[in-house]
Formats: sequence, structure tokens, C-alpha cells
Amino acid sequence: MRLPAVERIGFKSQLFVDHLGGLAVFTLSVLRCAFVPPFRFRRFVDEVFDAGVLSLSIVCLSGFAVGAVLGLQGYDTLVRFGAEANVGAMVGLSLVRELGPVLTALLVIGRAGSAAAAQIATMVTTEQLDGLRMMSIDPIDFVVGPKALALLVVMPLLAALFILFALFGGYLVSVMLLGLHGGTYFASLESAITFADDIVPSFSKALVFGALVGFIATYRGYTSEPTSTGVSAATTGTVVTASVCVLLFDYVITALWGI
Amino acid sequence: MQPSPIRDLTVGLFVLAGLAAIAYLSVQVGGLQGERGFHLYATFDQIGGLRPRAPVVVSGVQVGQVSSIELDKNLRARVNMDVDPSLELPVDTMASIMTEGVLGNKFLALEPGAEDELLKDGEEIAFTESAVLLERLIGKFVNDAGLDEED
Amino acid sequence: MSTEPGQEFRVALDGVYLKRGDRQVLRGLTCGFPRGQISVVLGGSGCGKSTLMRLVGGLTRPDSGVVRVAGEDISRMSNRRLFSVRERIGMLFQGGALLDSMTVFDNVALPLREHSKLAEPDIRAEVSRRLVAVGLEQVGELYPRELSGGMNRRAALARAIVTDPEIVMVDEPFSGLDPINVRRIEALLVELNRRLGITLVVTSHHLASSLRMADRIVFMVDGRAISGTPEALLQSDDERVVAFLEAEKDQSTEDYAARTDAFPVAGGAA
Repeated sequence: MRLPAVERIGFKSQLFVDHLGGLAVFTLSVLRCAFVPPFRFRRFVDEVFDAGVLSLSIVCLSGFAVGAVLGLQGYDTLVRFGAEANVGAMVGLSLVRELGPVLTALLVIGRAGSAAAAQIATMVTTEQLDGLRMMSIDPIDFVVGPKALALLVVMPLLAALFILFALFGGYLVSVMLLGLHGGTYFASLESAITFADDIVPSFSKALVFGALVGFIATYRGYTSEPTSTGVSAATTGTVVTASVCVLLFDYVITALWGI
Repeated sequence: MQPSPIRDLTVGLFVLAGLAAIAYLSVQVGGLQGERGFHLYATFDQIGGLRPRAPVVVSGVQVGQVSSIELDKNLRARVNMDVDPSLELPVDTMASIMTEGVLGNKFLALEPGAEDELLKDGEEIAFTESAVLLERLIGKFVNDAGLDEED
Repeated sequence: MSTEPGQEFRVALDGVYLKRGDRQVLRGLTCGFPRGQISVVLGGSGCGKSTLMRLVGGLTRPDSGVVRVAGEDISRMSNRRLFSVRERIGMLFQGGALLDSMTVFDNVALPLREHSKLAEPDIRAEVSRRLVAVGLEQVGELYPRELSGGMNRRAALARAIVTDPEIVMVDEPFSGLDPINVRRIEALLVELNRRLGITLVVTSHHLASSLRMADRIVFMVDGRAISGTPEALLQSDDERVVAFLEAEKDQSTEDYAARTDAFPVAGGAA
């Protein structure tokens, strides 16, 4: 007796496990190049420029806008209960715990993750990676590793800047525009946020997201089909897979941390 | 890629700015700090919403903060605090829990006494005044008013 | 299959089978490329010429059969050992495969910077010498995307030979080039072979240039190979070879006919 639907599920899950296995081997060999010479510091710095410096403007601008909206909404809601003194706490907690790392990750996926995937996929299509192999240069070492590690390192830095600009945005709106006392904003912010329960989980999340984006983007690029549809599939696939993974992991980390 | 000094400089500045942002969030906003020399504690019957990291003030000036709150053996609230080591507090200093405005945050106020002997690191502030709970105050007020009417 | 006695094959494939998806690309491919000669691999599109190149470079592994490079079987070799074998091979890919994030100069310098212990001034001198050899000394600071197709391929050739490999594999060097550039690349390849004694393997479907430069022709059809000298190939009575040669001839005459139609010769009668 044949059960086509069941067979299809079996086939799909086999593909999925294949993918997971491939990703694990890939991740190990990328990590390996971070600890085993030759160290491509020059290439790494260039990739930090691409992933970090070029994402800086959108991250800061988005952070500022998000903070301003939070300030406006927070003030509007809290003032009904006469608790507008807690705007700082509200803006700060939501930013540090969730919005900072998650929104930064989504922005970096759109800006730098997709670019990394497209670039590597193009190098597959135009045989640049095979060219490197023929010169006895490992493409994981030379191209993939620096890109993945740069995304990993850049994420916490960008998340910190995002949060900082957002706090500033919230400050501008609630203090300059709505007339809250500046000291109250910062006092409420500083007493609500603790290092161990808020700041550490926040940057742990950013690091995990950085690793996810780095590995997913480079893996999708590296394993793409050598055609122009392969390049676009790698780019779209990166954005979709990485975004979903970031949101799922966000839940898992939050739950595990017991917040 | 062509090595370019301007590009490297921007990468360096970017990394420094990111690290500075992390440091600011950790130390200023998150309140991470190294061990301060001067720890004191005080025991209260009722702390009524005092939280760790609440400010400790003398005459309205912040001199430290609450580091942790726990229950002692007698089920009373023990409040640990870090204060400025240069501060000279007499042993008969009084600690009371106050509120900013009516519904605002709680903080710990210290009122220096008149003794010559000073508090040392790790000692207890013996004189305390617990938090005034607004609910109880109102309840008491309503009760009193009720009694007056019956008379 | 003719195997001339006394010839040493630097690259040899023996009974190679390879399947790509559902398609059997190679069915028992056996051929060899002698030392110091120019061998041209001929055949229609999709007959497995590029696959042959990838097999020799160790980029693709055969399902069965043996691939020998400089006497070593590379078909089941570990990646680490493959890297040392590849130092004897230079490969020129169809699209050039220059790294588009680097200038032409840095592209050519890359293999030296990675593998040689030369000091930077020596590397710069060596790279300049190679760029002069392929006529690109003016464009070293440009990026590959700023070059024409012919220049791109010449730059890639400079990169392929900068480490003085004993074997150079060239995949479709003439496709998409105008006749002047075809001649130019052809001359460069022949000069490489004659002056440096490099063993050259060139894939092509460009019959005229193949016949001009080849010492030996490997004709690929149905996943197998028929090898011999150009003269032997022209006189071959194998029907598949004849069919390929006929088709090529038809195409050139068609081109000619099309041109005479567009510009009719005055007073000429057909």
C-alpha cells in the first residue's frame, strides 16, 4: 500500500535533516577558521565595514524613531493613570529586553544578511569560489568565515547603538515635547533596568541573533544553485529563514531566562 | 579589496562607539559597578515597594543605592545598601522609607544622629522607620472617622 | 581510440562515469593529455567538456573511474592533499572567475600572496611582468567589472600562470569574443606552450582555432572520447565526427551567405 502524503512528509523531513546536518558541518568549519590560522584579519575588517558601518545609519535612525514612538505612546497611556513618571521605565524595559535586539537583527538581516547571501551566491554562479579552490584557497576560510564572524560581532554593537538612540528618542519626545521632567525620565529608566536581569539577556540575545544571521546568510549563499534564480532564492531564503529563526529564538531565550 | 585608511578608521570608530554604547548601558543604565567599600544594612517591618537600586539619600542628596533586599531569620525585611565611603554617619543614624510624591518611587532616606561614634563598614543602622502604606493610612482614617460618628 | 606509444600523459582519465541528476553525463570517458602539448577538447554544448575540466581540477568527483594528474589519482583524494596537487594546475574558467571585490592587480597577486614566501616588492614585480605578458599593464588598478570580456579573460590567464604551473586548463577561451580577440588569446596560449613548455588543455567548440593550435584533439561525444591528431580527426570516417565537422562547415557558409545577402556585390550573379 502506498501513502503518497506520508511519503512526502518522510521525504521532506529527510531533506530537512539533511539541511540541518549540512548546516552543522558548515558551522563547525566556519568556527574552525576563527581559531585556526591563517587569520584573515584584513578580510574581517572589510566585512565589518560592510555589515556594521554601512548598517549604522539605518539602525540609528530606526532606533531613534522607535524610541520616539514608544515615548509618545507610553506617555499617552501612562498619563491616564497619573503614572507618567514611569515613561522612562516603560521605554527602557521594552527596548532593552525585546525591541533592541530583535529589531536590530531584523534590520541587519534586511541590510547586511541579504547582501552577504547575494554576494556569496553570485560568487558561486560566476565560479569565483571554484577559482579560489583551484588556487588552493579554501573559500570558507577566505570568503565565508570573515562574513559570518563579522555579522556575529557587529550585532551586539549595533543593538547597543540602536537602544541608545531609542532612549534618546524617547527622551526627546517625553521631555522636550511633552514636558516630563528630564531627571524623572532617567531616574525611572535607571531604577527599572538592572544589569543582570535586563542588560545581560539583551546582549546575549544580540550575540545569538548575530550568529544565526551570519550562519544562515552565508550558508544559503554558499549552497545556492549556480544560476541567477539561485542567487535570488538565496537572498529571499536568507531574509525569510533568518527572520523566523530570530523571532523563534527570541521566545526560547526569553522563556529560558525566566523573565 | 584595496586597503584604505579612511575605511579602517571608520571601522575602528564604529567598534569604539558600539563598545561605548554597551558600556554606557551596562554601567549607567544597568547599574553595573565594582564592589564599593562601604556596605550598611537596616531591618524593617514593612518596606512597601522599595526595590533594589532605589536611591539612598541624605537631606535629599543621593549618596548610594539599595543593593539587595532579603528576609532575615525573624521574617523581617533586611535592606542592604552601598553608600559613599567618604560619608561620616553617626551610629544613631535613622533610616526611613519614603515616597516621591503620592504614587512615586520609594527611596531610602538617612537622617544622621548626634553621636560621635561613626558607623563602620558592614554595620547595621539600628533605628528604622518602616514604609507608610497608603492603603493602611486610608483604612485607618476611614475607621477613625467611622468611630467618631458613632460617638 | 589511438594511443601513441612513448607519450607521457600528464593528465589522464580512465573509465570515468558521472551522473548529474538523472542525466548520465560521462559513460566510461577515457582520454589523456600529453606533456608539453596543446590538447583541444572539442564537442557540442552539454557534452561534458566543462565537467571534464572540473574533474581534472578535483572540483567534481567521478562516480567511478580514475582521474590521474601528474601520476597521482585524485578521484578519491582528501581535500587537503588536493590542495597540494592543485598547485601544479592553473585553471582559466569560462567567465574568468576573477574576484570582483579586488583589483585586477590584486587578483593576479593573490596566489603569490597566499602561497609563495616572496616579499611584497618581488610579488609586485612578478605580477607586473605577467600583466605585461598578457598586454594589460595599463589596467592593473581597475576592477574586473570595468574590463571587457577579452581583457577579463587575459587577466584570468595571467592569474592562472602566475605561479608557474606545469598544467594549464582553459575552459572555452574563445566563446563570446570577436575574431581579433580570438586570435589574440590563441596567440597567447600558443606562446605559453612553446616558450614555457606548459601542458595545455583547452576546451572549445570553435573548430577553426582548434585546428590551428592543437597538437592533439580529444573529441567528446555521448560521454566518451575519440582522440587523435587534427589531421587524423579531419580524415576520420566516424559518423559522429563527420556530423560535427559538417555542422561547423554549414554554419560558416551560412554566415557568409547571410553577409552576401545583406551587401549584394554589384553586378554579381549567383
